[in-house]
Amino acid sequence: MSYIPHTDVERQQMLAAIGVPTIEDLFEAVPAAYRFPKLDLPSALSEMEILADLQSLAEANDSAHDFSLFRGAGAYHHYVPSAVNHTILRGEFLTAYTPYQPEVSQGTLQAIFEYQTMIAQLTGMDGANASHYDGATSLAESVTVALEASRHKRTKVILSPYINPQYRAVTRTYHQGNNVQFVGDEGAADLNDLLGMLDDNTAMFAVSYPNFLGQIEDFKGLAAKVHAAGALLVFVANPMALALFKSPGELGADIVVGEGQPLGIPLSYGGPYVGFFATKMAQMRRIAGRIVGETVDKNGKKAYVMTLRPREQDIRREKATSNICTNQGLMALAATVYMSLMGKHGLKKVAELNYHKAHYAADRIAQIPGYEVDRSKPFFNEFVIKCPRPVREINETLRSEGIIGGYELGRDYLYLYDRMLLCVTEMNTKAEIDVLVDILGEVK
Amino acid sequence: MAIPTIYEISVSGRSGVPVPNCDVPLTPLPADLLRDELDMPEVGELQVVRHFVNLSHLNHSIDQGFYPLGSCTMKYNPKINEDVARLPGFAHLHPLTDDESSQGALALMFTLQEWLAEIAGFDAVSLQPAAGAQGELAGILMIRKYHLDRGDTKRTKILVPNSAHGTNPATVTMAGLDVIELPSDANGDVNLEALRAACNDTIAVMMITVPSTLGVFDTKILDVIKLVHACGGLMYMDGANMNSLLGIVKPGELGFDVMHYNLHKTFSTPHGGGGPGCGAVAVNNKLKDFRPGPVVEIIEEPTGDETAPLYGLIMPPKSIGRLKAFHGNFGMHVRAYAYISAYGGEGLRDVSRVAVLNANYIRANLRDTYHMPYDRICAHEFVMEGHFDDAPTVHALDISKRLMDYGIHPPTNYFPLIVPEALLIEPTETEDKATLDGFIEVMKKIAHEAKTEPELLTTAPHITPVARLDEVRAAKQLVLCCRPIPEWDVDYVPATST
Repeated sequence: MSYIPHTDVERQQMLAAIGVPTIEDLFEAVPAAYRFPKLDLPSALSEMEILADLQSLAEANDSAHDFSLFRGAGAYHHYVPSAVNHTILRGEFLTAYTPYQPEVSQGTLQAIFEYQTMIAQLTGMDGANASHYDGATSLAESVTVALEASRHKRTKVILSPYINPQYRAVTRTYHQGNNVQFVGDEGAADLNDLLGMLDDNTAMFAVSYPNFLGQIEDFKGLAAKVHAAGALLVFVANPMALALFKSPGELGADIVVGEGQPLGIPLSYGGPYVGFFATKMAQMRRIAGRIVGETVDKNGKKAYVMTLRPREQDIRREKATSNICTNQGLMALAATVYMSLMGKHGLKKVAELNYHKAHYAADRIAQIPGYEVDRSKPFFNEFVIKCPRPVREINETLRSEGIIGGYELGRDYLYLYDRMLLCVTEMNTKAEIDVLVDILGEVK
Repeated sequence: MAIPTIYEISVSGRSGVPVPNCDVPLTPLPADLLRDELDMPEVGELQVVRHFVNLSHLNHSIDQGFYPLGSCTMKYNPKINEDVARLPGFAHLHPLTDDESSQGALALMFTLQEWLAEIAGFDAVSLQPAAGAQGELAGILMIRKYHLDRGDTKRTKILVPNSAHGTNPATVTMAGLDVIELPSDANGDVNLEALRAACNDTIAVMMITVPSTLGVFDTKILDVIKLVHACGGLMYMDGANMNSLLGIVKPGELGFDVMHYNLHKTFSTPHGGGGPGCGAVAVNNKLKDFRPGPVVEIIEEPTGDETAPLYGLIMPPKSIGRLKAFHGNFGMHVRAYAYISAYGGEGLRDVSRVAVLNANYIRANLRDTYHMPYDRICAHEFVMEGHFDDAPTVHALDISKRLMDYGIHPPTNYFPLIVPEALLIEPTETEDKATLDGFIEVMKKIAHEAKTEPELLTTAPHITPVARLDEVRAAKQLVLCCRPIPEWDVDYVPATST
C-alpha cells in the first residue's frame, strides 16, 4: 500500500521470526479499550488523483503566477534561478538528516559553512548560525542573547515601531513567561524618541533596515549612543538591500537578524523561509542554534563539524537558552546556492534593479492627482503612498484587473489608515508598472 | 582532497546567472548610503552546480541508503510531494494575499487541521509551529496561560521524565517555568511512586513522550494521566514517536490535553539536512482558545449553489500569540496533506503496524547478539547497548562509526541518557525486508569484529570522505567563515563616557 513495500508473505515470515501470530499482537501494551480506533479520513488516493486535487487547490489562489504582484511587507517576489531548485531537490541534500555524524555529512556541513560566510559578509558580522525558523524568530532569539549579555541584570528591550509588526508580535510571544519589558513600538516614535528611552536597564535596542515602510533611516551615531548606555544594537535587515547599502556591521550593529527569503526562496504563502542570525565575535558563544566550524580529521584533512555544541538543548537540557533543534537547513542551502549563482555582481545588479523600478513607480504615482508618495527618507524597493480612497477598495479594483496591490498599513498602524505600502522588484516589468499607474489614476 | 570552498574557486570579474537590463529610467543611487565592498563569490553557473553536486556526494541520505536513526523517523520522502509543493499557485502565493484570494491554500490548511485533529483524537489544531521544539513551546505557553486565565497562579512546575528529549526541559526554561525531573522504573516506564510524590498544586503540566524514548509503550500511561489530572495539572504529549500510533491509539482519547506532531517525521516531509519541519499542535477544548494563530476557520458556510465554504485566518480568542511570521511552514503543510491523501485512514494504520513490525523484526534478530536493557515487544524503535563485556575498548560510538563503512547511517547514540552506551534503532515502515536482513547481518558482523579486531571499530570509519574529526579544535579556534570581515571605525564610545 502506497510507500510500504512488504508482501503478505514477508509479513508472515517476519512475524514468525518475532514469535507472534499477528501484527495486532505487537500492540498489547496499548490499553485495550482505546486500541485500533476508527480513523475518519478519506480513502487513499493514487498519485495522479493527488496531483489533480492539489492542482485544483493551487489554482484557486490568486498568485504571482497569474497576477502582477506589488506586495512585499516581509515576503518578496524575486526571481529564483533554475539551478537553485535543482540543487535543493538532490536527494543527498533533501533527504539527509541534521549533520550530527560529520563523517557522512560533509556536504551539508560545508554548505552551511559557506552560508555562514556569505551571511557574515552581507551583514558585516563575524559569524552566523546555521539558521532560525524565520526573521521573526531570529529577532525573538536575539532578545535572549541581549539578556544573557547583560547577565540578566537588564530587563528592558527597545523596539522601533517600524520593525515588521509580526516580528514584534512573535518576540512578545516568545518572552511572555520571562521578565522582559518591550517598549518603544506602541506609537509613532522616531529614532530620537527611542534614544530617549535608553537607560541602564536597557539590554537591547532594535531597528529595521530598511524599516517596515521601506525606508532607510539615518543611523549615523546611533551605535555610539546605544553602546554608551551599555545595550546591544540589533538590526533587522533585508538581505537584498544589504547587497547595495552599507552593512549593519559598518553602522555599528552587534547582532543582525532577518528574513533570508529574498535570497532564492519562493513566496510559498509564508514558508518555509529562513531566519538568519549573525553577530560579532563577542556574542558568538551566547547565540542559539547550530553553528558549523572548520577543523581537521585525525589525518589532518580539512573538515567541518557542528561546534559549540554544549550550548544546545540535547546536551544542556534545562540550562539551554533556547530549545531550537530542527531549523531551516534546506532553505539556508537554497540561499547559499542563490548567492553563489548571483555572485558579487549579480546580487548588486538585482538590488539596483529593485531600487530603480521602485523609484520609477514612485515617480509615476506621485504625478497622479490625489496620491502622495512619502519621500521623507530614502527607500529601497518599497514605499508608502497616501491614497484618495480606502486602500481595500483600491486593492479590489486592482485585483479585478489582475494586479495584487500594496499592503494596507492601517492593519498595523491606525494612523496610517489611508496608506498603502507598495513593493516593486525585478519581477515587475515597466509595462506592469505602467498598467498599475493607469488603474490607480482611474480610482481617485 | 577536500572540496575547495565556493570562495576558493571564485575568479575576480566572473559573473554567474545573468540579470535583465533595466527597462525603466535610472534614479541616482544615494552615494553616502552605499556599501563599498561586497565579498561574494564570482563563479559561473556550471561551477556552482558542480560545486554543490560534488558536495552532495559527501552526504549520506535516505535516497542512498538505510537511516535507522531512532526518534527521527527517517522514512522515504515521496517525490510527488516535492512537485505539489512547487505548483505555481502555491509557490508564488504571497502570504499577505487577502483571504478571498487564497481560498485554495486556506482550504488545504483547514483540511489538514481537521485530519491531524482526527488522527490524534483532539478538538483543534494550529499549524503555526515551524518545528517540534516550537510546537513544544506553543504547548507549554498555552498551558501556562490556561492556568493564569483561571486565576491559578501557583502552577510554575513542569514534570519531565529523565528519558525525555532535550527539547522538553529546554522548552520549560524558555517559557520561564521550572523543570522537575522524574526517574523511570526498571521497565523504562514512569516511576509511579515518584510521580505521586511530585504531584501537587504547583504542577502545571507533565510532558511525556509516547511511546517513550526507549521505544516502549508505558503500560501504566492511564494511571500517569489520572494522577496528574487529579492534582490539577495538564498532560502534554511529545508526538515525536507518532509513527507507531497512527490508527493504533488516539492520544486525545487517552486523556492528553495537548500534543505536537512532527510533520517532518511522521508525515514524511523531508528533513533537508536539518529542516524545515512543522510542529503542528493538537489540543482539546480546554486549550482550543489559547492556540497560537492565525488558524484557519470556516467564516461562512456555503449557501445556494456554492459548494465550498469561505475560509479565513483568525486569531483564537485567548491566543498565546504568533510564533512565526505569516502562517507556519505552508510548504510542509502541502507535503503532509499529499502524504495523508496517499494513505487514507486504513493506510495510515498500516504505516504504524509495519513500522512496529520492522522494529520488532530487527530486535528479535539482534537480541542474542546485543544486550537489550528493556527486552520486550517494542514500538517503532528500540534501544540496545553498544558495548560488550568481552570487548572492553569498544563503545557505542565505535559501532556507529563502523556502520558507516557498510554504507549505513548510525542509529541515534548516547540517547536516551538513562541507558549507558545507548543505540536507538528505528527502521520505519518504508524499508523492505531485504534491507532489514542486510542491516541485521552487518550488526552481527560488527559484533564479531568488536571481539576479534576491535581496532577496526575504534578507528572507524575508514571509507568515508573524512575520518573522525578534531572537535575540540573546532570549538577552540572557532573558524566559522572562510573570508575575513573588514574592521570599521564605528565611533564606539566606552560606557564610562556618559
